[in-house]
Amino acid sequence: MIHSLFLINHSGDIFLEKHWKSVISRSVCDYFFEAKEKAAEPENVAPVLQTPHHYLITIYRGKLFFLSVVQTEAPPLFVIEFLHRVADIFQDYFGECSESVIKDNVVTVYELLEEMLDNGFPLATESNVLKEMIRPPTILRSVVNTLTGGSNVGDTLPTGQLSNIPWRRAGVKYTNNEAYFDVIEEIDAIVDKSGTTVCAEIQGVIEACVRLTGMPDLTLSFMNPRLLDDVSFHPCVRFKRWESERALSFIPPDGNFTLMNYHVSSQNLVALPVYVKQSISFFDSGPCGRLDITVGPKQTMGKTVEALMVTIHMPKAVLSANLTATQGSYTYDLATKVLVWDIGKLNPQKLPNLKGSLSLQAGAPKPEDNPSLNIDLKIQQMAISGSLLFIRTF
Amino acid sequence: MDVGFCLRSEAAGAMRTALMSAENLQLTLKAEPSQEERALTHTKRGPEETHKAGNEDLKEMLESNKESLKLEAMKRVVGLIAKGKNASELFPAVVKNVASKNIELKKLVYVYLVRYAEEQQDLALLSISTFQRALKEPNQFIRASALRVLSSIRVPIIVPIMMLAIKEAAADMSPYVRKTSAHAIQKLYSLDPDQKEQLIEVIEKLLKDKSTLVAGSVVVAFEEVCPDRIDLIHKNYRKLCNLLVDVEEWGQVVIISMLTRYARTQFTSPWKEGASFEENNEKAFYASDSEEKSERTEAEAYVMDPDHRLLLRNTKPLLQSRNTAVVMSVAQLYWHLAPRHEVNLVTKSLVRLLRSHREVQYIVLQNIATMSIQRKGMFEPYMKSFYVRSTDATHIKTLKLEILTNLANEANISTILREFQTYVKSQDKAFAAATIQAIGRCATNISEVTDTCLNGLVLLLSNRDETVVAESVVVIKKLLQTQPTQHSEIIKHMAKLFDNITVSMARASILWLMGEYCDRVPKIAPDVLRKMAKSFTAEEDIVKLQTVNLAAKLYLTNSKQTKLLTQYILNLGKYDQSYDIRDRTRFIRQLIVPNEKSGALNKYARRILLAPKPAPVLESAFKDRDRYQLGTLSHSLNSKASGYQELSDWPAVAPDQSVRNVEVVEPVQEWAPSVGKTKKLKSDDKFYSDNEEEKAEEESESSEGSSSSSSSSSGESSSESEEQSSEESDKTSSDSGKSSSGSEETSSGSDSQQKKKKKTKKAPQKKSKTAAASSDSDENGNGPVVKDSSSSDESSSGSEDDSDSDAAAAPTTQQQKKSDRKPGPKVKSEVEVSLLDLVDFSPAPTNAPKGPVVSPSLLSDLEGLSLSNTSSTMQVTAPSFGPVKTYELLHHMTGKGLSAKYHFPRQPCLHQPGMVAVQVTLSNGSDRSLEEIHVGDRSPASLNIHCFNTIERLEPEASVTVSMGIDFSDSTQAANFQLCTKEDGFSVSIQPAVGELLMPSSLSEQDFSREQGKLLGMNETSATVAMATANASSQAVKQRVLSVANVGEVPSGQDVAHR
Repeated sequence: MIHSLFLINHSGDIFLEKHWKSVISRSVCDYFFEAKEKAAEPENVAPVLQTPHHYLITIYRGKLFFLSVVQTEAPPLFVIEFLHRVADIFQDYFGECSESVIKDNVVTVYELLEEMLDNGFPLATESNVLKEMIRPPTILRSVVNTLTGGSNVGDTLPTGQLSNIPWRRAGVKYTNNEAYFDVIEEIDAIVDKSGTTVCAEIQGVIEACVRLTGMPDLTLSFMNPRLLDDVSFHPCVRFKRWESERALSFIPPDGNFTLMNYHVSSQNLVALPVYVKQSISFFDSGPCGRLDITVGPKQTMGKTVEALMVTIHMPKAVLSANLTATQGSYTYDLATKVLVWDIGKLNPQKLPNLKGSLSLQAGAPKPEDNPSLNIDLKIQQMAISGSLLFIRTF
Repeated sequence: MDVGFCLRSEAAGAMRTALMSAENLQLTLKAEPSQEERALTHTKRGPEETHKAGNEDLKEMLESNKESLKLEAMKRVVGLIAKGKNASELFPAVVKNVASKNIELKKLVYVYLVRYAEEQQDLALLSISTFQRALKEPNQFIRASALRVLSSIRVPIIVPIMMLAIKEAAADMSPYVRKTSAHAIQKLYSLDPDQKEQLIEVIEKLLKDKSTLVAGSVVVAFEEVCPDRIDLIHKNYRKLCNLLVDVEEWGQVVIISMLTRYARTQFTSPWKEGASFEENNEKAFYASDSEEKSERTEAEAYVMDPDHRLLLRNTKPLLQSRNTAVVMSVAQLYWHLAPRHEVNLVTKSLVRLLRSHREVQYIVLQNIATMSIQRKGMFEPYMKSFYVRSTDATHIKTLKLEILTNLANEANISTILREFQTYVKSQDKAFAAATIQAIGRCATNISEVTDTCLNGLVLLLSNRDETVVAESVVVIKKLLQTQPTQHSEIIKHMAKLFDNITVSMARASILWLMGEYCDRVPKIAPDVLRKMAKSFTAEEDIVKLQTVNLAAKLYLTNSKQTKLLTQYILNLGKYDQSYDIRDRTRFIRQLIVPNEKSGALNKYARRILLAPKPAPVLESAFKDRDRYQLGTLSHSLNSKASGYQELSDWPAVAPDQSVRNVEVVEPVQEWAPSVGKTKKLKSDDKFYSDNEEEKAEEESESSEGSSSSSSSSSGESSSESEEQSSEESDKTSSDSGKSSSGSEETSSGSDSQQKKKKKTKKAPQKKSKTAAASSDSDENGNGPVVKDSSSSDESSSGSEDDSDSDAAAAPTTQQQKKSDRKPGPKVKSEVEVSLLDLVDFSPAPTNAPKGPVVSPSLLSDLEGLSLSNTSSTMQVTAPSFGPVKTYELLHHMTGKGLSAKYHFPRQPCLHQPGMVAVQVTLSNGSDRSLEEIHVGDRSPASLNIHCFNTIERLEPEASVTVSMGIDFSDSTQAANFQLCTKEDGFSVSIQPAVGELLMPSSLSEQDFSREQGKLLGMNETSATVAMATANASSQAVKQRVLSVANVGEVPSGQDVAHR
């Protein structure tokens, strides 16, 4: 299926290549560079490209292109999903997935890629299994290894690989047994100029950090499972139990993992926690404009809104911004024309406000449309969908 | 066990931060490069000369005696390979290290070998013997990696060696090695396609493998080597369907897409008229004879093949997978195979995928676009999910636009148009242009809004952005063509705009409109032509062509005003640089300007040029994509990718469905009670615990649709061994088998029942013959002989455990052999046909009863499937569930309110293979809650118990089921231990019945007799099974035996021994 993999950095250098079948010349990437040239933004490069003899499937993550070469028919999502999994594993092993980190750990990366695919078909993609085969680099171990001549590579088959629960290692032991669950909910909403919500939906993730001894079997149930419109699970969750009882029953992987994703659809009315009053105008008369933005709390259920941030993609013609913020700080990136206003905590008594003038490029036509505002925020200890959960262990 | 739990609490946050800072620390420390890294960077940066020198240096290191030096050298070599630098000259030095003891060094050498062996074939041969040796290693991991490398070395000379290795590995007892051999098949095939026939044999063998680990890989090999050999799948179809949920996610994708193709060749289309009733029909069809008549009348209606239903049912839960590729492949399976009304199931999941990575969105949106053309209703409720976000990439935006346009109808068009209005103002001009085209499509598709759209587009003509205006012009031109009558105003407006528009396509469009409708704008058109004449030479080709056209048309309609202008333009065109234009000019001149030579055509010029032209149809770019299977690369590219397998059309008549039947042929139906022995044995009815049905629970569900409810209920009630009920179940099930097979008349079905009643007690010989004849090759592979080995044997290996396990099993066999021959039922072959069919249709009743025993069946989902086999010939079969008998462990009176019951779930123990799994149900009968229930002291002290985790608190009236593992050491000695609460401790003991210590396993008949020979009759055990009556039917007997012992059943050639 997957023939070769090339890692390409932002500026278009191929800094790593790996072939699972016969060697394919890196000149095949020229087709990709051509497409990249055409698309102004790296995000706009089409993920699937056709060349005379090969098909190129690319993902763009962390300023890196993962380009895989496929020679015959293969489900494109299969390849894309795998490439993302590779990036996840790198992130897991090295803390980040960037060019310098990969270059520093090139041997480990190569060993990983070798184990993850055999003849182009995924072999081991569970990080738990991989970590038993190839231990992640730590300083302590590299010191020990240089002294003793030991290695980072295990010589036995990871137990998980053979069992039906490949995600869990055997023989896990902890003195403190603990399990933490983070419920992270994101509201995704589009609000139009007048403040009406065009569409809003909640996307939830349950991230777990489980450190339990042995083979724990956990059950997790929801207060109001009917709210959940659609769900997807880590493979450890038993589908049957979910279908019959709406409870999550699973033998968890060891360590951090994403237990489930869920979706609360827009049909259930979603209350947005903040509102924004904005007025951005450009004058016909001279090359300047005005900007006035106020953010206020709407329905926060008494919780504080944190990490509030407003991002505005300004029209090309805007040269600079001269603004004053009552709270937080703002930056305007001249190259990308992005205005970022980092507010921080929202104080309901004194609403943050950003006001000032914009200067436009002289002679350029006045921007016809106002830019769109992206607002990011974080509220601790609140689940918007109102679903709570309980847990039981065996 | 302490379980801290909090909801995004401070504690979790604190822990996260701690972890984070630890990681940071690590990173900062890492910033100082280690020795080897420095060496690496050194070679990386060095220019070519030092690079050469560096290689010399590497060679020295590789040839040194110190392991660590070698390892470092190899790491640098791998660094070179990763960079794409040539390191082939080091080959001899590297290859020497292939036999190194250091596993990391060895692996790096493997990496190198695989990369360069093709270039240095002769030298690569040096390493082969090392791999051949490694293939015999006891460590499965080493065997597997040796095979991996051996098969990855692309050296044609070693093809025979590879072939041999693959064949051996395919029979390896480690499923991991077998999986590797499946991968090796593809490698060998790509190296030497001539081996195809032999490889197909190996694939055929591996397809029968029951391990979930192997299933995915072998299907990949099948798809690559022999995708057209659909006949290999028949026998494995049901197994694959049932295993699917437990196969690793990548395998699921491949299996699902293969099964999609398979199903399209084997089942009839569910899309016909009246398909919505098929579920009911189906039930009625199998239910009973009495409904036979109504059946006949509906015979024409579509009935879904139960196997078809099985596939749909078993793939459905996978829609919840976290792997987007799996979700997509299930979605395409439903799209291509499911009845129309069921396809909607996949919508939600597909919409969910839109929250994933950008690349995933792209592919999913493409597929939704294709789907939404045919089935608007499917995605209409989720219209808002396709609203464009300002942060989307351009190709995502255009796809969303495409889908919104497809979804537009009379009801929602106003919402969509409002949304489009916002998009038109987007800063991304390519997207704005695409929006305008989308508006155009909506306008043509929905006649109600054509005028609104047109007005909107005209407004856009005054937009400041040129691309927007140009695009609007083009779209308006197309719209006007559809209803040209009343729009002269718009044409005039466009003529006014003409001077300001510079985009050639738009200019050309306006010119064309002028020419086409010149009778409506008689004054303006000549004026436009005049302007064009002035600027003709500076225009683009496409504008020039349209100018010539306009001139010609005006010449015909209004020659008085335009004759000179036309001639001027034609003269300009005659000397144009582009031959297209020169050509056109010459043609037009001949056509319209009358002269002596032109003659005939001239008369028709008017009709040629001013003929009414059909309006263009604006349609989706995804219109024709549905010829490709959804989710494939070909679909994504809209062109056939190499290796694409065409999805065939439904067959008009379904091929014989019996090819998928996997009969575990069992010749004997019944056992008469043995004389003078205490143990009564009886035939296991094979239909109820088919080896093939490893997952009883899955099966029970799947069979619900096909087998009548009565048969399954009777199966359960038969545990009471009432003759009647079992007899009844026989009847109904044979009926259902018969009617579903479709080969028998229902009338003969009732006949056979009567015959059967009479003859239940006859000897089995006759039957066995016919059954054996009808059995197929599959039987050997599956080894339908079932025997029980004591469960502890699994961990040990070799012949020892074989004999050991047989020791337990043999005596019973011998008893039977002596005694059980007297009556022999001569069952008519008719009956047999129906019974065999039954294997496929009613495997349900062996299922464990639900209710208190939910957890064992759940465990079986996870655990019952692929246990490692102890030897190549012996396979542990999944337990057949009889009714589960519960024993009392602790009475609530003695236990101060705590009561405990236990039963043997007959599952392989989760914790350790040698243990017997015991399920203990603890309940609190007192009025206060009990705390800290755990297992205390045990005796004998050596007793090995895997305890359950301490139960912190048990509320009054509450009960909890825990599972524990006990190693009985193959004896029936009771396990004594203390069950403690916070205050008290109670001594309890679990006395295992011998049957519970056994583990069902299957082996071929020859093996069995061989093993049997070794037995010494040591572990003889007997048990009494009270039979209500002598002529109890086979089911009842079987049920009894199952209730006593955890055994599988053994069909064999001459006599059936239930061991």
